[in-house]
Amino acid sequence: MTTDTPRITCPSPPLDAPGQERILDVEDLSVAFDGATILTNINFGVPRGASLAIIGPNGAGKTVLFKALIGSVPSTGHIRWAPATRLGYVPQKLDLARDVPIAGLDFLRARARTAHVPEGSIVEAVAMVGLASKTVNLPIGALSGGQFQRLLVAFALAGQPNVLLLDEPTAGVDEPGQERLNELVARLQRERQFTVLLVSHDLPVVHEFATAVLCLGRGLGQVCYGQPREVLTQDLLARLYGSRVQFHLHDDH
Amino acid sequence: MTIDTLVVPAAMAVAAGLVGCFAVMRRMALAADALSHVALPGIGVAMALHIHPLFGAAAMLFFGALLVWSLEDNSRIATETMVGVIFSAALAVGSMMTSGEDLIDALLGSPGALSWPEVMFGLVAAGVVIGFILWRKHALVLALVSPDIARTTGVNVRRLDLIYLEVFALTVALGLRFLGVLLMGSLIIIPAAAAKRLSNNLNQMLTMAAVGSLVATLTGSLLAEWLHRETGPLIVSVAAAGFVLTLAIPHRPRRARGS
Repeated sequence: MTTDTPRITCPSPPLDAPGQERILDVEDLSVAFDGATILTNINFGVPRGASLAIIGPNGAGKTVLFKALIGSVPSTGHIRWAPATRLGYVPQKLDLARDVPIAGLDFLRARARTAHVPEGSIVEAVAMVGLASKTVNLPIGALSGGQFQRLLVAFALAGQPNVLLLDEPTAGVDEPGQERLNELVARLQRERQFTVLLVSHDLPVVHEFATAVLCLGRGLGQVCYGQPREVLTQDLLARLYGSRVQFHLHDDH
Repeated sequence: MTIDTLVVPAAMAVAAGLVGCFAVMRRMALAADALSHVALPGIGVAMALHIHPLFGAAAMLFFGALLVWSLEDNSRIATETMVGVIFSAALAVGSMMTSGEDLIDALLGSPGALSWPEVMFGLVAAGVVIGFILWRKHALVLALVSPDIARTTGVNVRRLDLIYLEVFALTVALGLRFLGVLLMGSLIIIPAAAAKRLSNNLNQMLTMAAVGSLVATLTGSLLAEWLHRETGPLIVSVAAAGFVLTLAIPHRPRRARGS
């Protein structure tokens, strides 16, 4: 992005109902590594039970924002999670050696043991994402992309979280698999009052599921924050993604 | 067969097999091998000061592991280059500090009875190594698959890395008497590499690596006694022969079908 792109500001809409508790507060968050600034002055808050979508072009720092939120990269500013928050993190993709003899079940069991939750929660989580038990016994390198993605979601659920951080969970998953994952997340929110933070390129999904949206522009930082139907205007999307917004609207790469 | 010719080597072998599993999966086989070389100058200094060589070796290995850990934060290529240069230099300097029979023993392992301090150190250190791997295997698996995921489950990944490397260094110290600074790294890596090829889950791999290492160590030690040779080369030769045999076993992880 060049400097002639104007900084877009949106009024910060009242996203919280009065008295509603926030599970996450982010103030003046900035992330820089190796001398390069990735994110500057990010400000938003997530009420308990809400679903926040984070959108923006590749390289805007969406994944870095998640890594800052889980404390995986150093950041400045304030990140405040409410007490007793349990995070379930589903990363975008894993740079994993395919030949490692770690079965899906080893991975899930490791989650249960480190989070001190009963092994029964593994069985429940596997059933929720619709994985067969024989699939879970295979080495993780032998799973297909969609199966592995579901294993990661099951892993997050096995820790009995109350917040899910999903970084493009449907990337590399076929159409029925995507629908199933989206429905699963929506159901968990309805039934268990999960708070969901979702990085997505899929604007229809954002419109359907998200109660709030945070837009990050490449080199622009925080471009918008508000309710999807108010902030996701054609004008904003054009500025966010450049002139080819029409393609991005329907392209879920 | 007594405690020093059977129990201590057996405990050392099991520890080496278990530690090796995570070294192989973390793809640090080369760094692991080089790290064992750093013990040699420690042995040299200890001999010059007339203290037990094991203390010098253990001290140097402790700092060597700390060095690998501090380098891991930098880019990967820099780490491998630094490890290669520093630990080869340690081998060179160490070779100048020791000579003759002592050098051969330090490099390849020495036959003969263990002293009581060696027996005690061997049993305690093996207990620590085996205990650590079995107790922390779940956290190690998470850190291996994804450090980010591990962090969200409350694992302090950097600290776990450091402890793992120090446990690795302790395993090297444990095996120096039997295999020497040149070959101890191989006993850690080879059985684990063979187990990795043959197993489908973590417990299979840990079991196979421990058993493989045990068989290689006991067979190699018996052969060494019988042939009146250094123990290290025979143990590693047996382990390597075992690895070659596993190549003959066709192993393809079953592909997933359906869901």
